[in-house]
Amino acid sequence: MRRKVIEVSMELFRTPGEAYSNIAGQIDSVFIFITLIGLFFFVITQGCLIYFAFKYRSDKLDPNAETPYITDNRLLETIWIVIPSILILAIFAYGFLVFRDFRTPPAGAEEINVTASQWMYKFKYPDGHTEVNEVRVPVNKPVKFIMTATDVIHGFYLPDFRIKQDILPGAYTTLWVQPKKSGSFIILCTQYCGVGHSTMRARMIVMKQEEYDAWAKHEGGETTGAVSLADKGHEILEQSGCLSCHTEDGTQKLGPTLKGLYGRKTIMSDGSTVVADEDYIKESIFDPAARIVKEFQPIMPTYKGSLKDDDITAIIAYIKTLK
Amino acid sequence: MHDVTETKTHSSGQALETAKLGIWCFLATEVLLFGALFTAYTIFRVSDPQMFLTEHLKLNRIFGAVNTIVLICSSLSVALGIAAIRQGKQRMLRICLILTLVLAATFLGVKYAEYSEHIARGELPGTNNFFSLYYMMTGLHAIHVCGGMAALGTMLVMAYRGKFSAEYNTPVEITGLYWHFVDLVWIYLFPLLYLIG
Amino acid sequence: MTDVTAHTATDDRGYLTEKGFWSWAATLDHKRIGVMYFYTTFLFFLLGGLLALVVRLELMTPGPSLISDHAFDVLYTMHGNMMIFLFIIPAIPSALGNFFIPMMVGARDVAFPRLNLAGYWIFVAGVIVVLASLVQPMDTGWTFYTPYSAKTGAAVTTISFGIFLVGMSSIVTGLNFIVTIHQLRAPGLTWFRLPLFIWAMYATSIIQVLATPVVGVTFLLLAAERLLGVGFFDPAKGGDPLLFQQFFWFYSHPVVYVMILPAMGIITEIIPVFSRKPIFGYKAIAYSSLSIAFIGFLVWGHHMFVSGMSNTASVIFSFLTFFVAVPTGIKVFNWIATLYRGSIFLDSPMLYALTFIFLFIIGGLTGPFLGALATNVPLHDTYFVVAHFHYTIMGGTVMGYFAGLHYWFPKMTGRMVNEKVAKLAWVFIFIGFNITFFTMFILGLMGMPRRYAEYLPQQQGLNIVATVGSWILAVGVLIMVGNFIRDMFHGAQATANPWHSKTLEWQTASPPATENFEEIPVVTEWPYSYGKKKE
Repeated sequence: MRRKVIEVSMELFRTPGEAYSNIAGQIDSVFIFITLIGLFFFVITQGCLIYFAFKYRSDKLDPNAETPYITDNRLLETIWIVIPSILILAIFAYGFLVFRDFRTPPAGAEEINVTASQWMYKFKYPDGHTEVNEVRVPVNKPVKFIMTATDVIHGFYLPDFRIKQDILPGAYTTLWVQPKKSGSFIILCTQYCGVGHSTMRARMIVMKQEEYDAWAKHEGGETTGAVSLADKGHEILEQSGCLSCHTEDGTQKLGPTLKGLYGRKTIMSDGSTVVADEDYIKESIFDPAARIVKEFQPIMPTYKGSLKDDDITAIIAYIKTLK
Repeated sequence: MHDVTETKTHSSGQALETAKLGIWCFLATEVLLFGALFTAYTIFRVSDPQMFLTEHLKLNRIFGAVNTIVLICSSLSVALGIAAIRQGKQRMLRICLILTLVLAATFLGVKYAEYSEHIARGELPGTNNFFSLYYMMTGLHAIHVCGGMAALGTMLVMAYRGKFSAEYNTPVEITGLYWHFVDLVWIYLFPLLYLIG
Repeated sequence: MTDVTAHTATDDRGYLTEKGFWSWAATLDHKRIGVMYFYTTFLFFLLGGLLALVVRLELMTPGPSLISDHAFDVLYTMHGNMMIFLFIIPAIPSALGNFFIPMMVGARDVAFPRLNLAGYWIFVAGVIVVLASLVQPMDTGWTFYTPYSAKTGAAVTTISFGIFLVGMSSIVTGLNFIVTIHQLRAPGLTWFRLPLFIWAMYATSIIQVLATPVVGVTFLLLAAERLLGVGFFDPAKGGDPLLFQQFFWFYSHPVVYVMILPAMGIITEIIPVFSRKPIFGYKAIAYSSLSIAFIGFLVWGHHMFVSGMSNTASVIFSFLTFFVAVPTGIKVFNWIATLYRGSIFLDSPMLYALTFIFLFIIGGLTGPFLGALATNVPLHDTYFVVAHFHYTIMGGTVMGYFAGLHYWFPKMTGRMVNEKVAKLAWVFIFIGFNITFFTMFILGLMGMPRRYAEYLPQQQGLNIVATVGSWILAVGVLIMVGNFIRDMFHGAQATANPWHSKTLEWQTASPPATENFEEIPVVTEWPYSYGKKKE
């Protein structure tokens, strides 16, 4: 029994988040900050509660007890409104600042596409090759997961790195991590998705750079003619007739040019502004009539049914290369 | 069985106040009920204005306009009925209640015709989000019209039994309030669904 | 104010005198309706608890042992549905609220007694429909997130209608209470002479009336998606699964205040009576109930920080979430201040009231971890959340409910609770509760997600500890229930006002007559003038 307790504590506290990644360390710091403030209030309130309950106890309910008639105390009440308010605002602020870092992927992060379905994770690397339930990344480099689901909402949780993100069908969500430690780290699903929910697990294997390079050379790109995602996207664009209306070099044609499209601020026919991201590109392909770019005609046909979600992922990867 | 209702309310004035507060609270819940659907409407309109533009033209504006006039007239008739009974005019109340019921039935008849038209053309609740909104919002509204008709019908029966007078007409008043609300919801629905492009 | 404390206990059974099925089923007496609600909801507390015990039993092993993973998923889903929709939301308002609100405002009944009765039978209809869904039991969790809940073959449509009906009952109850409190107060009973339980119930009723319709529409739309192909939540039809979550939580966050405010109201009644001191900060507590109700409507997005909702929305919701801590803190400080230099009598009502404060503080202090954006990310959808809401709902509301049941037992039944046995039950409940649920905070920190039929082997030790805790808790509940049953028939006869309380419900016989008061009382002061008033 004693050994079990120690094991649990060491599991919790042995390796602080800081060892895994900077974000994890920062999140742990916020946690400790909140714990300290919480302990402060805990000691004061529970202390008074228990102390008063004992000190002022009586062994009978005395209807004539001569207790002091205290109904308020402005000073105390002001103190216990102002001080907690300040402290909780501090908690909010600290939590927000770290959250902002957590939600800002560094530039140049390697992008790995994740497709979640009942009940597995498929990882697709930029060079086109795919793995199921296992993803390998080099240590000390940022990696960004671009995630979508095929059926229901799933979750993606890296407990060691203190990060998680839900994965949605029909949309893209992202999660980035920059691991400082090599090793094998579990990925858990955190949004109920059916009977396989609790056994839907993957592993992120963080490798030292040399080992990673060796693995990449061996696994990726050279196996059975696997085409890079971006090249596949280009192929699909050509085969689906997209290039008859959209150019890749910035010149104007029947539709907006694909060059520099990703991340571009575009004005729509109704005056609204849209930043072209993954969701926007997908919508433009499956539901082109939903939003029309200003000064263009609503003539693009829909590719719903003829192109699949995987194709869209490839197209997006290709468009991203057209800077 | 000891009926405790009698001794509770201190005066008929207070009884009316109590009933009115009750119906206003109920109308507040109805605002939230329809409000959720209006929120969905707003969200989809903003995210897919093209769909609204093309689909809303498929609605029958004539039917919609007729129904708007029908409901406004029915609000008028129920208001006239209440004004009448406040002066003790029982026969007038009955006529107005009958008129309101006829107009309400007309509304439902027109909606039936509209729905039939859409279904025949394959425009079903599951066709697209515009039609989902159309059916859900007008459908929920139609259910409330039915509920209102049940209340009005009950009022008519009670009126025939001589239950109402200048001194006591609370149930009619609160039914009238409810009916005005049902009319008001339609007055929002009509332009939002039928008219705006 | 008529003081009935001098009356001795009698054999007069008051409102309980008339017997027979129809005297209950067709009653217009708010007290009888309250009693019927009590039994119906308590049944689901026990059933839901039983399901929890089986869930915890299965969780003693990391892999499936007693039941399949699917059965496990069904069990915790129905545990949640029963506990939330069929027990904790209706319990205090519809049982204790119905019984005591008219009495505490000096009225003979609620504003709309027939509506009250209708509300009870609508609730029963809802219960039947919910139970009917067990023919194809669902595993969606009580949160029913789409697309899973729209696609699964289970009887989600059926339970949607059941929950809709149960929600209608909730609205009817809230509406009745609002009008009762506004219109039926006894002469002299101004707003600031109202007992704080009434203020709490008023705030609760406002939430019930405004929030419940939204969840009604949400479930209607879920049923519409399943039956008619309506695609608001379906990405393939241009819909958005997050829209379901937004609608669902727009209700489900305020509803936790429906759960906690009445319990806080009960505590606010018990503490002054059992400390023989006026409540500290009456107006602050009254206003804090209203503030909590209001702020509660603004924070629903804090359930969705990792859902895919925008960063901007997340930041706003996190910011607003922290504000609810202020009025909540005010209540806690005021209760503790009331104890200061009181004459504290630790019988079971007070014991449970103090337990409420102790456990609710723990539950409440774990809230900021979840409200703060950075720490929410690792903790969301883990056992940390499960522990947080069990501390606030069970350690909070349920303990408050137990406090209210022990406090008002003499009034409702005309008999006293056996204190020795009640305290024994309390020991088991307190110890069992903490062992079961504190462990879950640690499991959450270790990364154990919720709704997991199978978990990582290194988390087994703590899971076993939590399960053993659940047995201790169950023993305590059984002792308490057994005590209540025995005391209902064989408890010592109660006087009209065994606790010497100054609120109006105690100025009547125990149990009270059907019409509550012989004469409607005239109120001349607030009900907390205990102790030595300075001249």
